[in-house]
Amino acid sequence: MDFSLTEDQTMIVDLVKQIGEDVLAPQASEIAERGEFPEENIELLREMDLFGIPVPEEYGGLDMGFLTWGLVGELLSYYCSTTGSIFGAHMLAQYPIMAHGTDEQKQKYLVPMTTGEHIGAFGLTEPNAGSDAGAVSTKAELRGDRYALNGTKVFISNAGPAQTYVILANLDPEKGTRGLTAFIVEKGTPGFEFGKDEKKMGWDALPNCELIFRDCEVPVENVLYRPGRGFRVAMDTLGVGRLGMAVGAVGLAQAAFDAAILYAQQREQFGKKIAEFQAIQFKLADMATEIELSRLMYQKAAWLKDEDEAFEKEAAMAKVYSSEMVSRVTSEAVQIHGGVGYTREFPVERYMREAKLFEIVEGTSEIQRGIIANRLLRENRI
Amino acid sequence: MNIMVCVKQIPDTSEVKIDPETNTIVREGVPSVINPADEHAIEAAVHLVEEHGGKVTVMTMGPPQAEDVLRQGLAMGADEAILVSDRCFAASDTLATSYVLANAITHNNNFDLVLTGKQALDGDTAQVPPGIAEHLGIPQVTSAIGIEVEEDRLRVKRLLEEEFETVEVPMPVLISCSSQINEPRRPGIKAKLMAKRKEIKVWDHHSIEVESCLCGIEGSPTRVVRVFAPTFETDGERFEGEASDCALAVVNRLVESKII
Repeated sequence: MDFSLTEDQTMIVDLVKQIGEDVLAPQASEIAERGEFPEENIELLREMDLFGIPVPEEYGGLDMGFLTWGLVGELLSYYCSTTGSIFGAHMLAQYPIMAHGTDEQKQKYLVPMTTGEHIGAFGLTEPNAGSDAGAVSTKAELRGDRYALNGTKVFISNAGPAQTYVILANLDPEKGTRGLTAFIVEKGTPGFEFGKDEKKMGWDALPNCELIFRDCEVPVENVLYRPGRGFRVAMDTLGVGRLGMAVGAVGLAQAAFDAAILYAQQREQFGKKIAEFQAIQFKLADMATEIELSRLMYQKAAWLKDEDEAFEKEAAMAKVYSSEMVSRVTSEAVQIHGGVGYTREFPVERYMREAKLFEIVEGTSEIQRGIIANRLLRENRI
Repeated sequence: MNIMVCVKQIPDTSEVKIDPETNTIVREGVPSVINPADEHAIEAAVHLVEEHGGKVTVMTMGPPQAEDVLRQGLAMGADEAILVSDRCFAASDTLATSYVLANAITHNNNFDLVLTGKQALDGDTAQVPPGIAEHLGIPQVTSAIGIEVEEDRLRVKRLLEEEFETVEVPMPVLISCSSQINEPRRPGIKAKLMAKRKEIKVWDHHSIEVESCLCGIEGSPTRVVRVFAPTFETDGERFEGEASDCALAVVNRLVESKII
């Protein structure tokens, strides 16, 4: 077992730290406050070649795996959680094409997403289908050499700025998950429109938009993998998505911890720094321990993925633990800050609002536990 | 246009280690960075070649670890890199350094333009660029903040104490760049990986045919008496009491000290 980074990984990590400190961190709070998609940060990630880390070199990527992708994602979330989440959500469109696309689909859609010229988004969730993917009611109907899509998706991250969408629709709602089919849909396709952008508890600069399909015709060659096999595409994508959520949670938690340990050494009460009180010290110790554990969990899951081993259970474990961890850690960071932590003068209140989302997206904590239990029972069948 | 860019690695910290024997900076094992002004020289070179064609060669004199700054030059778009490195170059002053670099530049075939940073942040002498030009016997323009190509000549804008000056020079010429000349590009991962895998030529005193008595400590008339990091007194004056009284006391103190 070796926890050291390769020279190339170190170089990438150093580069991300540099842009993080110079560019991302100073603007992070303002971006969240303003609530506008941070196009300039995305341009920077594009220039730094950060959108193609696990993508094979033949499609313009760096072929450096998901562990490296995770290291970068954690740092991006640490410096600017909004940018980290856009980076993570982008992979949800990139990965299914990378894993299941034909060479033509990869050339046409994966390459521009790898350079970052196109941003990606993944559309599964509907008003009545989220955790229950089989209940997707967006309908796909074959008409000659095209499929007509009809239906509505909700809460779609990156929707609006994204150019490339991987959309789950059902060929036959009667068949449930066996009718699910994944389509690549380009922004601007007639019949594809954006609905309302949700007003959320946090993440104001991350678009979470409705997608509306009204007789939106998509050529048959834009079916990803095979008709009726969309559930497989969705599950594979969500595996990587869970990894991304764990990564983002660790980055955000680390930012909250760093703010807390700094403040604890500045704030004085009863004639001494509050960091000298054991009550605060124990909080800091627990926070750091949980962050470290979460980091090791996502790194192990990413390593398994890079080794081509099954990683779904480990990714689900990392996701559920890290997402609940980030809620605890950010809440404690606010607690350590006391009154000012509840104000918008300090970033920790934002971190706390943002943290909650990790327990809900990419499969709620309850769904994750279901996945983990399912795997465990399968592995331990008597 | 064939452009040579001379760059320098400098210690990344004010806590520099000094060799007590020679009173010169110990470079081995000290984290080093590219001299900030030199990044501007590389950017200027790469930009000129992008506009007008040609080749950029980035060169440094230093120990093997100086390779890092050359790789940074390659990542920014330089085509080739040369490390001029020899034990006998150690502890060279500005005269010896410019002698070695001038010989290395001549050794590397024809050149139209030599670009450097205006001065290095560590030594802060700004003597090496003029020294190179003198050794090469070519004109020099210092403190450039703009370079334009006018057929076979260059039009260079200089930043002086209180004014700008625009001069025209024939090539070959040496130009030292002020940091106001441009905003250096930030290379992405692909460029950095490519730069990491590129070959760097290493030349010693034999390959560039320099007299060892003219370089290193032997060829350096400068004697450094003492080098030290300045100490800063951080203890300020403390005013206590009512805020309004304190404010008045601070203002009076500033007036007394003729600061305001």
